[in-house]
Amino acid sequence: MNGTPAGAPAGSASLPGTGSVPPADSANAAVPDPGPAAAEATGAILRDVLSGAHRGVVVDSPPGAGKTTLVVRAARELAAAGRPLMIVAQTNAQVDDLVDRLATAEPELPVGRLHSSEAQPYAPVLDRHPSVVKSSKAADLAGLDVVVSTAAKWAHVKGAGPWEQAIVDEAYQMRSDALLSVAGLFERALFVGDPGQLDPFSQVGAEQWAGLSYDPSASAVTTLLAHNPDLPVHRLPVSWRLPASAAPLVSRAFYPYTPFRSGTGPGERRLEFALPSDGSGVDRVLDEAAGSGWGLLELPARHTPRTDPEAVAAVAAVVRRLLDRRGAAFGERSGEPDPVTAERIAVGTAHRDQAAAVRAALASLGVTDVVVDTANRLQGREFDVTVVLHPLSGRPDATAFHLETGRLCVLASRHRHACVVVCRAGVPELLDEYPSAEPVQLGVTVKFPDGWEANHAVLAHLAEHTVAW
Amino acid sequence: MSLVTTLARIEAAATGRARPVATARHRHLAERPLVLVPLTTAGEVGAPLGAMVGTDRDAPRLLVVPQPRDRTLRSAFLAELADAVLPHLEAAQDEVELVERSETDPETGRKAKVEVELCADAPQLVVPSAAGVAYVRLLGRSMRFRRTAEEDPRAAHPAPPRLPLLGRWLTHYGERARVPGSSLLLAVTEVLGRHWATGQSRLEDQHLGALLAWITAGEGESGAEAALRAELARDRDGLLLTPPAGPATDPAFDNRRLAPAVARYDAGLPGAEAEIRELVASQLRPTWDAVWQGLDLLRALPPGAHVADRWKRDRWSYTAHRDRVRGGEPPQPRRDDAVTAARKLAARETAQAELAAQEALDDPLVMAQRRMAGEAFEGEVVEVEMVYSSGKRPMPRPLVTVRTGDRPHLEGGERLHRALESGKSQPGVFTESPAPGLLTVRLTGGMGRGREPEAGSVPEAGETVCWTLFEHAPRGGPDLPDPEETPWTHGGPPDPDALDAPDPVTPEDLL
Amino acid sequence: MSHNSDSQPTTALRRRLAELRGADVAPRPMDARALAALAANPGCRRRALLDGAGVDKGALAQALGSPAPFGQSQFAFVRGHAFEARAKGDGGAELMRLVHSRTAAAGAPAPESGEVSVPDLSAPGPEGRAERTRQALERATADGGWTLLDHPMVRLEVAGSFVHLEPDAVAVHPDGRWTVVEIKSFPVLDGSADPAKVGAAARQAAVYALALKALGVPGGRVDDRALLVCPKDFSNLPTAEAVDLRRQIATTRRQLARLTRLEEIAAALPEGATFDPARPPAELAGSVESVPAAYAPQCLSTCELAFHCRGRARSGGAVEALGREVRGELGGLATVEAVLAAARGEACDTAERSPDHFPKEPAGDPAAAALRRAARLRAEALSAAGRP
Repeated sequence: MNGTPAGAPAGSASLPGTGSVPPADSANAAVPDPGPAAAEATGAILRDVLSGAHRGVVVDSPPGAGKTTLVVRAARELAAAGRPLMIVAQTNAQVDDLVDRLATAEPELPVGRLHSSEAQPYAPVLDRHPSVVKSSKAADLAGLDVVVSTAAKWAHVKGAGPWEQAIVDEAYQMRSDALLSVAGLFERALFVGDPGQLDPFSQVGAEQWAGLSYDPSASAVTTLLAHNPDLPVHRLPVSWRLPASAAPLVSRAFYPYTPFRSGTGPGERRLEFALPSDGSGVDRVLDEAAGSGWGLLELPARHTPRTDPEAVAAVAAVVRRLLDRRGAAFGERSGEPDPVTAERIAVGTAHRDQAAAVRAALASLGVTDVVVDTANRLQGREFDVTVVLHPLSGRPDATAFHLETGRLCVLASRHRHACVVVCRAGVPELLDEYPSAEPVQLGVTVKFPDGWEANHAVLAHLAEHTVAW
Repeated sequence: MSLVTTLARIEAAATGRARPVATARHRHLAERPLVLVPLTTAGEVGAPLGAMVGTDRDAPRLLVVPQPRDRTLRSAFLAELADAVLPHLEAAQDEVELVERSETDPETGRKAKVEVELCADAPQLVVPSAAGVAYVRLLGRSMRFRRTAEEDPRAAHPAPPRLPLLGRWLTHYGERARVPGSSLLLAVTEVLGRHWATGQSRLEDQHLGALLAWITAGEGESGAEAALRAELARDRDGLLLTPPAGPATDPAFDNRRLAPAVARYDAGLPGAEAEIRELVASQLRPTWDAVWQGLDLLRALPPGAHVADRWKRDRWSYTAHRDRVRGGEPPQPRRDDAVTAARKLAARETAQAELAAQEALDDPLVMAQRRMAGEAFEGEVVEVEMVYSSGKRPMPRPLVTVRTGDRPHLEGGERLHRALESGKSQPGVFTESPAPGLLTVRLTGGMGRGREPEAGSVPEAGETVCWTLFEHAPRGGPDLPDPEETPWTHGGPPDPDALDAPDPVTPEDLL
Repeated sequence: MSHNSDSQPTTALRRRLAELRGADVAPRPMDARALAALAANPGCRRRALLDGAGVDKGALAQALGSPAPFGQSQFAFVRGHAFEARAKGDGGAELMRLVHSRTAAAGAPAPESGEVSVPDLSAPGPEGRAERTRQALERATADGGWTLLDHPMVRLEVAGSFVHLEPDAVAVHPDGRWTVVEIKSFPVLDGSADPAKVGAAARQAAVYALALKALGVPGGRVDDRALLVCPKDFSNLPTAEAVDLRRQIATTRRQLARLTRLEEIAAALPEGATFDPARPPAELAGSVESVPAAYAPQCLSTCELAFHCRGRARSGGAVEALGREVRGELGGLATVEAVLAAARGEACDTAERSPDHFPKEPAGDPAAAALRRAARLRAEALSAAGRP
């Protein structure tokens, strides 16, 4: 439910007043030199973890701040220190990705991949790593330096452990009850996650436990910190993914009390096209996004169902032209530009049927390798350019689902270079008419900003980069 | 909301009559439910004004508190309520069947079959609306920590003997009502709303009178007109013709009728108590009759095939509570501990998934919603190709292709489920769409152990089949630790000796 | 919103609003229900104009023949007053103890009995009371002690017009902080309370907080947390919880800032429009109809005019009358008739599927195509079950 941005002095009298959101450049002012600042943060985290002085260490990581790098590094150092480690991630894809990254970083490290007993239980890429042992039984993996699995699988492990140390990845997306079912397996743990992404939810009402420190539907970190308020909470201060054009907006709109900056400065990332603009709205919005990092392709105001054919066609056209014009991404990694190929592009939507419609539209334009998915499934992923179908585009009504802060945050923070948003006009008016009748539960920490505020902040910024369809 | 349901609502608005959104009854209805219609005093939490209760629609028992602020009178009311409700709730305790269940031996850790009692039936409690369910919980909370003179001889205001027990039962029923698909405690508006779509909003459906007006609208008057009358029509004295279904009363009734009568009672005028009884009855009786009318409407629907299975879980729940009471356990705590909360949430999520699957399997109209949502598809088998798995013992893995107008969310490799005649579910995997409108499914089980599939286990060309993307018998979540093993992340084990104290008695108390 | 002098309601607007209200009809203050109605339906111009002009919507609804069903039981009224008196009793000492225990700065000593000053705020008329309140706040803030303002009066600009508001209480801390106190008669039972009621109280408190912030008293700071005082469990004893108002303040501030200005709405009215309940119903109905409404079922519990608006919405076949959520998948189809026509496949270009049962990508409106699919599935299922 409410992933408290840990570290935010929620409820304390020293809060910055409402509306006095820090100015856009405050993060850059607070974090003058990204490299050393990030290194210092990482160093402090590793010291706290390795010292073993605390049962838990929490790390808040904004989008692209090197969370996985931190996890891999912490895992290697713990292994080097001879401390058996279990890693808990939330999805099989996350587990496979972590194991792959670990084994790539240190091919000799004995890593266990605990998996389910279903067909194709893990990604085939893991078979390339000889040091990775795969099994559906925890006993087969006993004694390995690192064992990685999903929270759901760990919850079924009996008679093993306890491990001296655990790393819980994507801890803000983990529900409190899921932590309850695995916490008996470890003595101490490092909790890493992004408080700004989508909160966990439950399929049934859980109001009766609202306000309880261990509300099973709350996020694991909320419960952890409620019971262990003295645990150190660190923050990774630099987003290496988001460009200088995006970090200030994302920081201000979604992380107002825990600002971060981009690892690169203005102009360090550039997007150029081999083919010039044909003057169409699609090409102009691409140019706008290439130049400023953001583009809003605005369709005429109209109420539509979710799979608005015109908006879907617009999304597909943007992707098609992006490929046709042969984008080249210049970045800090090397002097040579990287071609923006299909696998470096993603389309983000709010709903599965929208994703399916976009996929169909892209297929009819001959585009197949572009990732098209919902915000939930794009969490944790990174691309050069993203094209987003705005969750509120064409809607006759705004709902809590479409306004959820985390959904917009995920969609607006997947790109290294540019983000093009496709939306029908009229969303600000829709937000103005949105009723504010949310119930308030006593004792529940308020998540701030709410989706309404965040949506307004993002729209206000996008308005400066609007191109008509 | 599914577009299929939205359409029903729009049809209802256009035709002036509620339209079905279910073709089977998805909740258990007992032969003899106990109906409880409570009323409470405005502004005073836990100060009941009266109730109508009973199992005979023609002979309700009327309970009234002539002066709700009087502690003694409230106590007498609750004692009478216990007298009216407890015999019903306890009636099914002794008739049991013996059921085998596998339990883990705490000593050896081995699973063993044990025979346990399961109550053959469970008493059902029916209230008018969701607010009534909340009030049952409130009553339960207000009574279960009370102490009787026997338990605490020094208590200033000892509770009548059976009061705490009623509190525990009502608490159990109120808590069980949070489990999706459970039927121990039903709110008529909720159950009617599950089966009919009216031409008004769901918000307005919470008004029992208006909801019934839409469902029973006949010739000559539209549901909208009848509902408006139920909502607003008043007599010459300004009293609502259809009083609210409670527990809140109509303010006009309070101000014009009840308050003067209570003042007469306070002044000791003869006949005042009888007058209040009559007044409270006048507000309760229309709702009482409406509840029974609602039950009649629901009874006319054929029960869904899985309703009895779910009712069995209600019986387990009833039996478990019986055992806790008999075992001398203390009343339910004010707030759940971490493990109990997590267990309840997990159980309810499983129950929700199970209910959604079973309702769809039991009711083509519910399945239509799942098909509309891309979570199921139905079609005619056009081709069956017999294929065998590779391996030492080749097993049948036939490829079944159907023609369908549905548009399931399939990308390839999804697991599918099909209900067989036997009630079992057959697994399959989506393989491909060979042409638009054609979907091919590989059957992966449910065909017996032999090389040749059992007769009838593979659909034939021309047959109509329905596959779902959702499981038919969803599994529950993982085991959680015992409360005494609550980990440090969740505050560690709760104090085993911590018992909730009774609410302190002060002159400011209402109860 | 701005608070400089040129945003003050013009004399012309004030005169216009007074005309609309009716000659000699006093403006109604913006009460809790009006605030709830604003929160429940900020986009409704009809509500905005009527509330902004201080029209008695209850009387108007009565005159229109659709009286609002709201009323307060005298039992609840008596109980509410008794509880508020109980909570504020003993010269505010108990209330200030609660203020201190829930919202005081860490380490701040609790007010001793007799240390709480409770200034007299009585004055003729709302303007006079608002001025007294401002003075009392200035003095209390400068004094640096504990002060309890019992039923102060504050004013707030809403859509270009000022409305008066009366919080239950405002507590002034020695450090210059002001805490809005809301006293409610719903209970806090085992630490939790009805979330809908707490939400409403928080939105109400946020409006007061904004009005207090607008005073701009030197040294005064409005706390972003309000104190909610309620009866504890089944007793009449007060208990209190701090409620974080940041969200409600931000939302209300935005809503107020973006409200269509009353001038604009009023300018669109025809000549001679009036909301004076003394006028004949037909004339009133015409005037009311000339301001667009945005009816939704949520209005029924917050706006006196809701039954009137519902009747109009229903007779016009508006789908919103069935609930805001119904609109979600209907796209541009806004009426019952249009939806049913689309479901029947009328007024549409191509059939969804050809006779050989192959689905084709429907051309045209996907909402209409989805409705046809829904209608077909529904009809099939009903006939499979033998129901009409």
